[in-house]
Amino acid sequence: MAELFRICNLTKTFAGKDVLKNINLRIYRGEIFALIGPSGTGKTTFLRILNLFEKPTNGIFEFDGKPVNGTPLEKNRIRQRSSLLFQTPAVFNLSVFDNVAYGLKVRGFDKSTVEKKVKEALGIVGLSGMETQKARTLSGGEAQRMAFARAIVYGPEVLLLDEPTANLDPYNVAKIEELIRHIRDKCGTTIVIATHNLPQVKRIADRVGVLLEGKLIEVNSVGGIFTSPGDARSAAFLKGEMVY
Amino acid sequence: MGSFEFLLDGIVRAFELIVTLNPYILSITGVSIKVSGTATLLAAMTAIPLAFALSFVQFRGRHAVITLVNTGMGLPPVFVGLFVFVMLVPAGPLGFLNRIFTPEAMIIAQYILITPIITGITLSAIKAVPEPIIETVYTLGGREKDVVLTTLLEARFGVITAVLAGLGRALAEVGAILIVGGNIAYTGSVGGIGEGLSYTRTLTTAITSETSKGDISTSIALGIILIAIYLFVNVAAGFFRRQD
Repeated sequence: MAELFRICNLTKTFAGKDVLKNINLRIYRGEIFALIGPSGTGKTTFLRILNLFEKPTNGIFEFDGKPVNGTPLEKNRIRQRSSLLFQTPAVFNLSVFDNVAYGLKVRGFDKSTVEKKVKEALGIVGLSGMETQKARTLSGGEAQRMAFARAIVYGPEVLLLDEPTANLDPYNVAKIEELIRHIRDKCGTTIVIATHNLPQVKRIADRVGVLLEGKLIEVNSVGGIFTSPGDARSAAFLKGEMVY
Repeated sequence: MGSFEFLLDGIVRAFELIVTLNPYILSITGVSIKVSGTATLLAAMTAIPLAFALSFVQFRGRHAVITLVNTGMGLPPVFVGLFVFVMLVPAGPLGFLNRIFTPEAMIIAQYILITPIITGITLSAIKAVPEPIIETVYTLGGREKDVVLTTLLEARFGVITAVLAGLGRALAEVGAILIVGGNIAYTGSVGGIGEGLSYTRTLTTAITSETSKGDISTSIALGIILIAIYLFVNVAAGFFRRQD
């Protein structure tokens, strides 16, 4: 598989504290890569670096074979090809339709294409018929599914998911997981998911990275990490033991 | 006549003046709406872009401008009136414009008074837009112009409130417009009031002069109109808010 992200010796420091330490990682096209670790270990910061909201303090960060230097134009160019879904979706004070159509409109799609794609995306996430509803009146699960539709509607090559099912009921968790698999299988989208939901990782991921105290201590296949973890700290984390 | 009858008589006479569309009352109302409306429109056209620039553009002296805006929110009207008077009197730097004691001079004074108010409240409304909303615009491929438009959309009720606060302050203002406008009404008997039509006389300055002349009923009529205008504007704003 071709590399999409290449990260070498990446460090991120906030106020003198290393939040991410010497991260080395390659993420390949079309894979579902799960980044697991306890809360506060740097998973969100890592995703924010991938979506260019944070600049690495040190190290090399390449996207699609090119080094990322973080100019506004380059940020926009990369973001045009990716999407980040937050743990709690930020919902615009608009209708469901206009929320989902947002990414298409900023890309200049014509009206009929916008209507067709939004309808299709809402169908995929199970929100057909709710186009005119105010997005802020949706339930938490519906809002997350709407945000998912908004993130995939323009066909991003990369989908970055930050704890996308935290605080959701089992129905919506299953629905989101189904959508993640669907979008990867149907569109070949590369998916990077930050989570501490281990059963979910087992169900959807291809490869897993274990992040502890800002260090990526192990990268393994999903089968490998759960059957024979290569690091004692990974094994302890997977067993639910305190590892930090 | 007891104080209650005195007041009741004033109210009855006030309604007579309003219902019969008394020309003097109408002309004063017209000047008030024209002066305050124009000042509010011009101030909004300056203040809203200024608030966005202060929120999104980093430049040297930005904090100094914000401090000036905050200070300007409490500018004493009589000081502003005096300042505009000194600028516009024939011997002043802008005396050649020949605008002292005109509605234009009153618009300038009100503009100076309310621009900081609209700017300050709009700044607060923009600040209240959650950061994830702005990040979502970027992650969906939006650029700076999309961030500004979306923020305006999200902060629209705050911006409307800012403009209404500016209009309210302009309509209620007496000191500055009395100094630069002169509270002028043409002499001559029109409508049986013993005065003609307003040139720079507004609802507030007229209340001051009519009360000092002892014409309480005319003052009450003017007061009722003043409150009614502001009530109408607020009801209209509330209607649009509910429509949303």
